[in-house]
Amino acid sequence: MKTYQADEKGYYGEFGGAFIPEMLYPNTEELRQNYIRIMQEPSFKEEFDQLLKDYVGRPTPLYFADRLSKKYNTKIYLKREDLCHTGAHKVNNTIGQILMAKKLGKNRIIAETGAGQHGVATATVCALMGIECIVYMGEIDIARQAPNVARMKMLGAEVRPALSGSRTLKDATNEAIRDWINNPVDTHYIIGSVVGPHPYPDMVARFQSVISEEIKWQLKEKEGRENPDYVVACVGGGSNAAGAYYHYLDNPDVGIIAVEAAGKGIDTGESAATSALGKVGIIHGSKTLLMQTDDGQITEPYSISAGLDYPGVGPMHANLFASGRGEFISITDEDAMNAGLLLCKTEGIIPAIESSHALAILEHRKFKPEDVVVINLSGRGDKDLNNYIEFFNL
Amino acid sequence: MANRIKEKLNEDGKLLSIYFTAGYPKLGDTVEIIQQLEKNGVDMIEIGLPFSDPLADGPTIQQSSTAALKNGMTTEILFDQLKGIRQSVSIPLIIMGYFNPMLQYGVEAFCKKCQEIGIDGLIIPDLPVDVYHDEYQETFEKYGLINVFLITPQTSDERIRFIDSVSNGFIYMVSSASVTGAQSGFGDEQQAYFQRIADMKLNNPQIVGFGISNSETFEQATKSSKGAIIGSAFIKHLNGHGVDGISTFTKTIR
Repeated sequence: MKTYQADEKGYYGEFGGAFIPEMLYPNTEELRQNYIRIMQEPSFKEEFDQLLKDYVGRPTPLYFADRLSKKYNTKIYLKREDLCHTGAHKVNNTIGQILMAKKLGKNRIIAETGAGQHGVATATVCALMGIECIVYMGEIDIARQAPNVARMKMLGAEVRPALSGSRTLKDATNEAIRDWINNPVDTHYIIGSVVGPHPYPDMVARFQSVISEEIKWQLKEKEGRENPDYVVACVGGGSNAAGAYYHYLDNPDVGIIAVEAAGKGIDTGESAATSALGKVGIIHGSKTLLMQTDDGQITEPYSISAGLDYPGVGPMHANLFASGRGEFISITDEDAMNAGLLLCKTEGIIPAIESSHALAILEHRKFKPEDVVVINLSGRGDKDLNNYIEFFNL
Repeated sequence: MANRIKEKLNEDGKLLSIYFTAGYPKLGDTVEIIQQLEKNGVDMIEIGLPFSDPLADGPTIQQSSTAALKNGMTTEILFDQLKGIRQSVSIPLIIMGYFNPMLQYGVEAFCKKCQEIGIDGLIIPDLPVDVYHDEYQETFEKYGLINVFLITPQTSDERIRFIDSVSNGFIYMVSSASVTGAQSGFGDEQQAYFQRIADMKLNNPQIVGFGISNSETFEQATKSSKGAIIGSAFIKHLNGHGVDGISTFTKTIR
């Protein structure tokens, strides 16, 4: 049977793999040999499930958005990842990886962060476990995301500025990888998305798969069926999307819709729509679609949403795009902001700007009245208030 | 014609190999740097093809790469600069770069161009030996290119044996668990590692890189290996003294 999951070597179709310097081979190999076995250990599962329940607040509700459904004349459910502890789905992965790090005997955690959401989620679980935490963040991002820098510091993490290259997320990721090269024995690297060398994309997808696992039984309760007609998520690196699609990937009855950030417009040069603008290449150890020059230099993307401006996309999503299994739509800053404000006014929920991109497809794509559409509301908008204030002159 | 790397490895004595980033300090410095290095007794040269995201490199080479790209260096321009290089230079030349720019150029087209110019080998840190073995070895060999792989203190004996079996020139022995850049000398741990590898009696000779910056570290590194590679320290020197100061640098090494 054709599958859209990773194969044993970490390939999704032609995408994925582990294109890493030899210095990283022992680290990733240790993880590759152990991650599935550890995840299947009863003691691991028990602790993971219990923390997701008591600490993260899972299961998150699958909420029927009545007024939004009426407006768009279709059945819209919102998967409320915004209600997770720390405000987004990111913590599902960091809980899983901190437990993985403990099983592997690591006592030092490193992570990269762009806007700071994954950094906060990592600092949180390190505080929870009493483990040293170092978060790499681009110098430019540190300046524009001061509240999240403060959060990480309050949680006991050290925030180290990435001073190289364009001094944003991709460079923070480079710095974290360099740290891992320099500290190969005691350190675990908690990557924040379904990117990086094998086994990261698969491991992170598995930790996030709790999202679609819950959607299945929750939808069964509400609609009498496990499968929606469509599952919709925003894609930067693509971890919330990977979690929302996971248990539906190989089910052709469920349509998969991925929403990327068009920024100011695909043709403006200020965009993060990787499927539209990217070519096959290597970024952070993974063969995938990425935005680059003709000469193979990685370029800097743009989106109003800091969580979506990654120049690549997880290999799972590259394969969903290339194979036609997924429908890829890109949404501009303006349309996303308007969709975010609309959700505030119709449902009383302030979404993260990332999630607003997913919501914006309701204006761009027709659904039938009887369609069941699940939109993954990946995060809440508290962190984005300044952007909303500026954009709408609030 | 026999590969120049192999001929050089067969000579007596320890080899001094120098890495520099093409397009740095100035875009047009490439040929001059290569000629000066040969003139000053360097045995082999690694020409760095700059990349926007050099994962395995420390601050010095990151900075020279960023500057080279800013100066306008591209794969095409580098090949143009090197076009007549074999009329004036006879030591082995290796291109060292990350895989993505080669992938965009086309791996076969890249290899073909290297052969035309007279490049003898490639070092591609993020092209793992397994992928090379399965997908690219035939192409590299078709164009007479030697591909050089890295080993580190963490590489298992079993994997070193595998890398040795796929290699056909020398093995690039990374001195310690680190990115590139000068360190303050080699301690007991590194000496033990150098000895451990020497005792494995591999088919391919080893050349040590990372952390070599002066005559002392060069001597330590080559005690039980065939040679050593200097990168960051040379780039720092170029930064301060420009192309004209190359002879003062090589004299400090040996």
